[in-house]
Amino acid sequence: MNDITQGLLAALRLIVAFDAELWEISLRSLQVSLTAVIIASVVAMPFGAFLAVQRFKYRRLVISIMNALMGLPPVVVGLIFYILLSRSGPFGAFGLLFTPWAMIIVQIVIITPIIASISHQAMRELWAEYHDLLISLNTSKWQRIKTLIWDGRRNLLTAGLAGFGRAIGEVGAIMIVGGNIEHATRVLTTAIALETGKGDFALALGLGFVLIGLALFVNISIHWLSRTEREGRW
Amino acid sequence: MNRSLIFASLLFSANLAQADILKLAVTTSFENSGLADVLLPVAEADLGLDVQLLVVGTGQALRLGEAGDVDAILVHSRASEEAFVSDGFGTHRREIMFNDFVLIGPKSDKAQIGATSGAAESLQKIADAQATYVSRGDDSGTHKTELKVWQIAERAPATFGSWYNDVGAGMGAALNTASALNAYILSDRASWLNFKNKGDLALLFSGDPVLFNQYAYLPVNPAKHPTVQYEMAMKLEEWLLSDKSAALINNYQINGETLFVFNGQK
Amino acid sequence: MFPLTLSKLSVRRRGKTVLGPIDLVIDQGGPTMVIGPNGSGKTTLLRVMHGIERISEGTAEWAEPDHANHAYVFQSPVVLRRTVAENLSYPLRVIKRAKPEINSAVEYWIEQIGLGKVANRSATRLSGGERQKLAIARALIRNPEVLFLDEPCSNLDGQSTREIETLLLETAKAGTRIIMSTHDMGQARRLAADIIFMKSGHIAEKGLAPDVFSTPQTPELQAFLKGDILE
Repeated sequence: MNDITQGLLAALRLIVAFDAELWEISLRSLQVSLTAVIIASVVAMPFGAFLAVQRFKYRRLVISIMNALMGLPPVVVGLIFYILLSRSGPFGAFGLLFTPWAMIIVQIVIITPIIASISHQAMRELWAEYHDLLISLNTSKWQRIKTLIWDGRRNLLTAGLAGFGRAIGEVGAIMIVGGNIEHATRVLTTAIALETGKGDFALALGLGFVLIGLALFVNISIHWLSRTEREGRW
Repeated sequence: MNRSLIFASLLFSANLAQADILKLAVTTSFENSGLADVLLPVAEADLGLDVQLLVVGTGQALRLGEAGDVDAILVHSRASEEAFVSDGFGTHRREIMFNDFVLIGPKSDKAQIGATSGAAESLQKIADAQATYVSRGDDSGTHKTELKVWQIAERAPATFGSWYNDVGAGMGAALNTASALNAYILSDRASWLNFKNKGDLALLFSGDPVLFNQYAYLPVNPAKHPTVQYEMAMKLEEWLLSDKSAALINNYQINGETLFVFNGQK
Repeated sequence: MFPLTLSKLSVRRRGKTVLGPIDLVIDQGGPTMVIGPNGSGKTTLLRVMHGIERISEGTAEWAEPDHANHAYVFQSPVVLRRTVAENLSYPLRVIKRAKPEINSAVEYWIEQIGLGKVANRSATRLSGGERQKLAIARALIRNPEVLFLDEPCSNLDGQSTREIETLLLETAKAGTRIIMSTHDMGQARRLAADIIFMKSGHIAEKGLAPDVFSTPQTPELQAFLKGDILE
């Protein structure tokens, strides 16, 4: 219990003092995870809607694979991309290893199946509701997907936030491909791992509370923004 | 629309790529000592470059150099370093400084290692008492030193019982485990002094020359990996061997204790 | 585009025949009311004519398929999770009509169904009657030549039913061919020009409304009109 109190105090001290390094790694955590969520969503959400709308031969198989990929172990994803992005790996020429982009890439791989799967669930329910009408109005496949995405945007937001939660709290993969380099690829989770290694549990815990606070802040502010966007309609 | 604006501003407010960067793989013991924070900012200011540290075990540091993912490495495991150079991955090996390893254990010192005359004898006593022991087990320089001492002590870790815990972790994590198990452990002095979760552990033995820990700097061979910043790596080497660097290293102290001795040859 | 000809048409679901075989010609005229007990195939027949139900055998063909402009109102209205106005504009946006045309059509129909005050409210907040009126207006906004309705007034109160019937009669007068199923015999008598009576997936009897109601030919229709339960 004493350690937790110490952690809370450490978090408070860091925030009150507006610690420059804390600010930097928090902002980088946000940048990396939000970029990953946006890119993953652009792919995953239309894909989820497509799977809801389109019937094709291997659809069930694709859905099973997508759901299975949700359980992809991040540390394995990290290792695979470490080898791929290494200077002596197939994509070494891009020089991406140990840069924020490497972290963004592994996060995209980890959260795309999650966002796609949750989007698919939401889109499937909406499609069951809309199916008859959209068929009756003779809409094209693409129009159906667009309509589902637009009308289901609040559920898709939940899918995006689930992906964000997974991304910002992830440590195994980004530690491997990011390298936890100070002022370059250090983010909140890797800093927590580092401070734990130094035995400084109070600081590690303090950073942990900042991480939780940041995740909550993003969730609440996005829900708030989505509500004010269309006040009173829903 | 508000939302996307916030996203956009977040994305573009900081550049995700930078220039004039030297990537240096160092061992956890070096980073944990805190010397990096003293040495590197001065080097960066003098040389006008951005040194990015990858803090890993010696084994992984060498692998990073072999793959060309870093420009230079600063590690402490002589045999592996010489192999690294002879295999052509590094151009040469330059000794910079040394520090030492220490044996840590419970204050009660069940195995009585505090009264021994050498590191090998200490380990023999631990093995004979079957006192709980934590080993890095991660192919790091520290781990390799430990294995060397076991060899001198004529004891084989492969035959040990459950008192010997091979944790396969970095120095900090291994110290945390030792603290939790109230176990013996070999640590570099710097990591131990900076460690904040000492619990009931204490420094019990040090000073045997076999525990001296030589750090060497190895630039990665540009002939193997044309993308490495060899020129910058050489500039840093020159700086590390300078009088300024020697003074910073020799004067670095934690709790009034000197940690490193500069022994670089220009 | 008329007539619509169904020949030897049948629909099977999981090995069970739910409709047909049916031969039927739909030409100009109407309104046509499709009546019959629950499960007699009224909905399937309407869906087949609208082209949104898979046919197992036979054909359903318009004389000029390219000009087949028809719309459908479902028994429980599908409401898009959008505003009332956006629900109305949706069918026109799908066929990429120009903005001014869409706006004037939406303005016209929103007044027709008396929902002008809630134009910018979410359609999901409307009452059952309002939703059904919205669904009908949304079906009519493309000026269809044929309008199919599947029991549009089930679950509605008298006031809403009257408003919808008035709207449908005006629509028919304006030249839209109405084909509608209902289980409400009063409604069938009020609206129908002709009647299709269905029983067990077949057309058991059809004819002009006054004839069918005064002199039903089949014992099934006689029993149905009397109010007996048909198996």
